[in-house]
Parts: sequence; structure tokens; C-alpha cells
Amino acid sequence: MKQRIKFILLRFGPLLLTFAVFVLVYFVGGQLYPAMKKPQVFFNLFINDSSLLLVSIGMTLVILTGGMDLSVGGVIALTSTASAVMLREGASPYVVIPLMILIGVSLGALMGWIIQDLKVQPFIATLMGLFFARGMAYIISLTSVSIKNPLYMKIALTPIYIPFFEKTYVYVTTLVGPIMLLVAIYISFFTRFGRTLYAIGSNEQSAILMGLPVRRTKILVYAFSGLCSSLGGIVFSMSLLAGYGQFASGMELDSIAAVVIGGTSLAGGMGNVIGTLFGVLIHGTIVSILQFNGTLSSWWTRIGVGLLTLIAIGIQSVFYIRKKRSDKTP
Amino acid sequence: MKQKSLFRRFRESQCFWPFVAWIIILAFDAIIDPTFFRLGIIQDPVYGNHLYGNLVDIFNNGAPLMLVAIGMTLVIATGGIDLSVGAVIAISAAMGAVLINPALGNQLISNEILTKNATNTPLPLIILADLAAGTLCGLWNGLLVSRGKIQPMVATLILMVAGRGIAQLITNGQIMTIYYTPYYWFGNGYILGLPVSIYIVALVLILGWILVRKTSIGLFIESVGINAKSAYYSGINEKNVKLIAYMFCGFCGAIAGLILSSYVHSADGNNNGLYYELDAILAVVMGGTLMTGGRFNLLASTIGAVVIWTFTVTVYHLGVPANALMAAKAILVLVVILLYSDYMRRFMNRISEQRGAKHETTN
Repeated sequence: MKQRIKFILLRFGPLLLTFAVFVLVYFVGGQLYPAMKKPQVFFNLFINDSSLLLVSIGMTLVILTGGMDLSVGGVIALTSTASAVMLREGASPYVVIPLMILIGVSLGALMGWIIQDLKVQPFIATLMGLFFARGMAYIISLTSVSIKNPLYMKIALTPIYIPFFEKTYVYVTTLVGPIMLLVAIYISFFTRFGRTLYAIGSNEQSAILMGLPVRRTKILVYAFSGLCSSLGGIVFSMSLLAGYGQFASGMELDSIAAVVIGGTSLAGGMGNVIGTLFGVLIHGTIVSILQFNGTLSSWWTRIGVGLLTLIAIGIQSVFYIRKKRSDKTP
Repeated sequence: MKQKSLFRRFRESQCFWPFVAWIIILAFDAIIDPTFFRLGIIQDPVYGNHLYGNLVDIFNNGAPLMLVAIGMTLVIATGGIDLSVGAVIAISAAMGAVLINPALGNQLISNEILTKNATNTPLPLIILADLAAGTLCGLWNGLLVSRGKIQPMVATLILMVAGRGIAQLITNGQIMTIYYTPYYWFGNGYILGLPVSIYIVALVLILGWILVRKTSIGLFIESVGINAKSAYYSGINEKNVKLIAYMFCGFCGAIAGLILSSYVHSADGNNNGLYYELDAILAVVMGGTLMTGGRFNLLASTIGAVVIWTFTVTVYHLGVPANALMAAKAILVLVVILLYSDYMRRFMNRISEQRGAKHETTN
């Protein structure tokens, strides 16, 4: 029994701690600014960080394989700009949205192929993806393009009221993130693909020797990340009703920070998607505390996120070193 | 006979491929615009007679990138990576701007104070503070990596995220304009008709060369990069070697920040040195240093940085908007990746083998 508790603690320790940190940060915020206790503020976290959540889900799976996807912000910029321009030219949203998803998936798959078959570091290959996507966004349009498509406006502005809470709502676009989260949880915990992700992250060489489809999985996981970021781009363009090449600049960093805060090890093989949700929520909470304060400037977000990342890494190293030790001496 | 061996040595050194890439880009420039290489002497009332032209600009504007690439080479050679150089540039620039600014503290910054062309802090102190700030950042990274045993990418990510925030904290969130002419000298001045920044790069390169080739540190860095554990068992203090590499990288970033802020006469925490870390890594990879660490060559990385900057100038020359430059750069990266990939290497080997076989038969 004691062994079992220890095992659970070591396995889910980072996740529990992330959850605790989130509760703590939110509680402190609520104490400082009583208005933060309103349920709407909590749901605003999902509304404001919906694309960050989407992007971080894909990022988590990529990081689980020991890789990294820096192209997410670029893909958001590209898909938002491209869809805005296409809608301006009169294309139907039913064509635009699948096309954007196709762009994201194919860009991700291309990067995965470069990483896997050309043996390029994920960092460099996805960096190229970032440059390419952002540059293409600027080539499509140098200025911000607003979206006036009725369907987009309808989706963007229709609130969904949350039951049991008064005057509390989210938007349709907000739901995309949690749905993808459920999909990612299913993929990572209950499919062979998900187990392969963990196996690759723990030790790629032994995964190959075990006969796992490493090549296919690695290409697919980058494609999945591309899917997530293109969805993020669509959500982003819907919530702002515009497309611009400068959108989501630096989001790759926020997203990696959220994943790390969520307890996923950047070495790969350890962590899970649920933690990422709390990582994103912590990021959102810091931002809303700063907004409620009003006098603190935006750069404190960065410093705060940096500090939290540092703390998260400290916690992780303690836990994972112990876990490794306990794995070795059962 | 000796001539050939010299050429062969150059052919086999790490500098060869980036140099070839540079020549190709320059040849492309020459075809597109024959006036690209035109150099002239301009009589500048402030800085005296000096050269001007695209080539001078490439070296002058590319100097910060070259510096960062030199620092990054050492870090990558130890098997690490430093993502925070862009933030270090911003911090160093912000430090300089804040110290120059005569209105310290909460004193209202008026136009009158700013344009006075004076400062309360002596220039050497400003420079020292700049360099110290950057080196301190490097020390922080180095401590996290060597003592904290955190993966380099994660450890430097922290400063990459927080660093720009710190830079904005220093300048109080403003884009600080610098109105102090002696400070301009680093980015805009000339010695013997050539930009000061070129001399600074040369100085740092020589300093680095002495550090890595005339002392044993270079050997230590390579051995740590190839196998940290075996380096440790052979009595090398791998922690301190890593620490020195990161500190040197921070130092180079600080000089780059100094030049950059002096060049644009301002310090902007958000945009100073944006994406420099990426360009620098690219330059190092182009210089043939493996990302996994080991063998490195400072000069090759510098040439890599020159290639990137020449490419940038070329793309601007073609009239591509500055923001769309990124897409062009991505294609450059793709080409470099393909050139350095195993496929290409095998292909090249096959060609050279065939040529060798032919050579034997003719003999």
C-alpha cells in the first residue's frame, strides 16, 4: 500500500503540484481582487487562452516524443491571415476552414518528415516552419485584414450560457480547445499511438528495436501539432475577427512554458496533457491578475511565466530523478 | 605542391562550405545588380572619410550577429544551446540606455533633458555595466546548466521568456531613445575608413581564438561536447567549462546589444535582437558545428553569420518587404538542411569517389 501511494505520488506528483499551484495562484488572485471570484472570470481564462490551449495540446504530444514544435505561432499567423484574405475575396467558410486545417496538417507533416528522414534537429526544422509560415502570412497580406463574413461573426459573437451559473457564458470557439483536449487525452492514454509517443520519448532506440512504428508516429505527431495550431489559428481569427501576420508572436514560448509548468519533461516520455491544461490556466490567471491590478505592466507576465517555468523545472527534476531511482530499485 | 596542400587544407576545413555559400550569394548579387559591389569614399562631417557600399554595410550591420554566433559556437560545442541571446541583447541595450539617460528614477523625462547630448554616467562605466549585465545573464544560464543540471534548452528558455520582460522592466516599458553622441561611435563610427564594429568583431574573434586555441579551454570544450562523462573521468572540470562557455556567450551577446543599440540610437526591450538566437544557431550550423557538440570553428561560424546577413541584404535588395524576409530565410534554412543532410553527403561522397577512380585510371 505504501509502495502504491509512493508510486502514485511520484507518477502524478508534478500534475498534482501544478493543480495546487493553479489553485493557489487563483486563490491569491481572488483574495487580492474579489472580482476575480466571479465564475465568469474563471471561464474567461478559457475564452482568452483558447488558442494557447489548442496549441499547447499539440505541443505536449510533440514534447512527449522528445521533440519540439516552434512553428505554432507562425501557423496561427498564416492560417488567420490566409482565411481572412480568402473570406474577403468571397470564399465560403465551409471551404476556408478545411483548407486551413489542411495547410496546418501538411506543414506539420512536412516538418515531421524533415525531422525524421533528413535527421534534422526538431528545433531547427520547426524554426524553419515558423519563419516560413510567418513570412508567408506577411506575403499574403502586410496589413491586418478584418473578417466580415456573417458565419464567422455569428460563431464569434454567439455566447453559450453555462448552466447553474448566472450570467456566465463562453463562446463557441472556446469549446474547441476542451474538445481537442479530450481527443488528446484519449489519444495519449488509450491508443497504441499514444503509448508509442511515450516509448519514443523515453528511449527512441529501444522503441525502434521493439518494432514500434517510430517513423510514422513521429511524422504523425507533428501533423497533429499542425492540426492543433491551425485550429488555434481559426479560433484566433474568429475571436478577433481579423487576420494578421503578427498574431501570436511569441506564442511558441508561452506554449512551451505552459507545457513545462504542466509537468511535462522537455526530455520527453514523462508528463501528460491534463497538466498542460493547468499550465495554460496558470498562464491565463497571471494575465488576469495583471489586468485586474491595472498598474502592473504587461512585462510582468513574462517575468512571472519565466519564474514559474523555473519553479516547475525544479519540481520536475526532484520528482523525475526520484522516479528514475525508484524505477531502478524496485 | 605546397599551394595545393594549402588549398586542400582550406577545402577540408569547416570554413569551406560557408565560404562557398557566401560566394554563391555574392555571384547571384553580381548578376542581379552589377552595382552591388560598388564601394566609395564618403566625406562624413562627423566621422571623417570612410568607405561606404553594400559590402561595408553587410559587415557593419551583420556585426552583432557575428558576435552572437561566435559566443553561440562555444555553447553549442559543449553540447548545449543558448536560446536567451536575443533577450541578453535586449537587456544589455536597455542597461546602456538607462544609464545614459540623465533623468534617473521617477524624474519626468522631457525632451529638453533627452536632447542635451550629455549623461551623468561616464562612458566606460556604461560599457562596463552593459558587458557586466550580459555576462551575468550568461553566468545565470551557465549555473543552471552546469550546477542545476537542467537541459540547456530549458534552462536558457527561462531567460528567453523572462529576459525581455526584464529589459522592459529596466527601461520602464518605454522605447528609450539615446541622445548621446559618444555612444553612437560603436555602431556608426569608423577607424581608418572601416566601421568600428568590424574591429570589435575581429577583436572578439582573436580573443576567442586565443582562448580556445592557445589555452587548453578549446580542447576541454570539445571533449565535453563529445562526451561529458568521459571528459569528467579524464579530470576535466566539465561544470566550469560549461560555465565559461555560457558566460562567453553572454559576454558576446552584451557586446552585440551595445553595438545594436548604438546603431539604432535606442533600446527597445521588445524588438532589440528579436530572433537573433535563431539566426545565430543557424549561423553556427552553417559553420559546420554539430548541434550535438564537439568539433567547432569560430571563424566558420562568423562566415556563417556573414552568409546570413548577405542573404538578408540581397533579399532586401530584391525589394522583398522586411517582414516577408522570414519566408525567404526559411527556404535558405531548408537548402542548408538539405546540403548538410546524410543524403547529400552520401551523394557528394559518391561523386568524389567516382572522380578518384577516374583519376586512377588516367594515371
